[in-house]
Amino acid sequence: MGETQGSILNPANPQITIRRVREADLDHVVALDERVTGLAKPEYWHDIFDRYTKRRVGERFFLVAEPAGEGADLPLLGFIVGEVRAWEFGSRPCGWIFAFSVEPDTRQQGIGERLFEAISDEFRAIGINTMRTMVERKNQLHMAFFRSEGMVAGPYIQLEKDLDD
Amino acid sequence: MKLQISSRLAIYALLELAADPQRQMSVAEIGEKYGVSSHHLAKVMHTLGRAGLVRSIRGVGGGYSFSGNARRTTLLDVITLFEEISGPDGATANSTDAEWALDQVLNEIDDIARATLGSITIATMLKQMTRRKRAAGARNAAEA
Repeated sequence: MGETQGSILNPANPQITIRRVREADLDHVVALDERVTGLAKPEYWHDIFDRYTKRRVGERFFLVAEPAGEGADLPLLGFIVGEVRAWEFGSRPCGWIFAFSVEPDTRQQGIGERLFEAISDEFRAIGINTMRTMVERKNQLHMAFFRSEGMVAGPYIQLEKDLDD
Repeated sequence: MKLQISSRLAIYALLELAADPQRQMSVAEIGEKYGVSSHHLAKVMHTLGRAGLVRSIRGVGGGYSFSGNARRTTLLDVITLFEEISGPDGATANSTDAEWALDQVLNEIDDIARATLGSITIATMLKQMTRRKRAAGARNAAEA
């Protein structure tokens, strides 16, 4: 997941906590997403927060990774968001990951893996045994990460049409 | 999709060696496991050596060991040492509509193949192999 550019954690034992998102995390989520994607989307993230912390919370998971202990340079190291979706495209209930990000300076330290495992555990705990995501074909960083976590091509192919053609 | 035998052998050899970077294996040992001649495999190992993926160790008990970065080396990196994974020739201004349309389809397939091969590292392959072994172990334990 990209080169590590400096380290604020011990790579052998990154001291992090994975927990559900809180309102106070939102500004940090927006800032991390903006650092990674180059686009600030505060309204989008506030809407996601409302939906993922107030409705169907038993099958919607917005998890964040924060450094354990005092005095960390960064308040938030990453986040992952997913939910159970059922019967769309004829699919049986399945866990979808639709947002995932790790602070660029702390990559290659197992934070993404911890977030991935945490959301897998949440899905497993409610009886979901398939997890899906969608990755832009050119995004080798995310593609390689999800592959390394054991994800493979699923039974669906995404199709689209340019409506200007 | 078919891969040339050299590409397949290179991937097999890298997986053997990268599974334990301390391990040295001779060309004959790897060749025997995959049923190929040492002559063919020696050429493959030479190419991998030039790419910095394996190191040759001379002398008695010598052979090859893995010297690459398993988390950074993708299947596409290895395959392109031996063959081109290129798309069709590409439609030109002179192409017929039929040639253009078929090119679109073949390009789509090639794009997916390249993206897949470019996202799977040697480390990911080793993890996949470990999962298979673990699953087989669990099945055997359940049957016992």
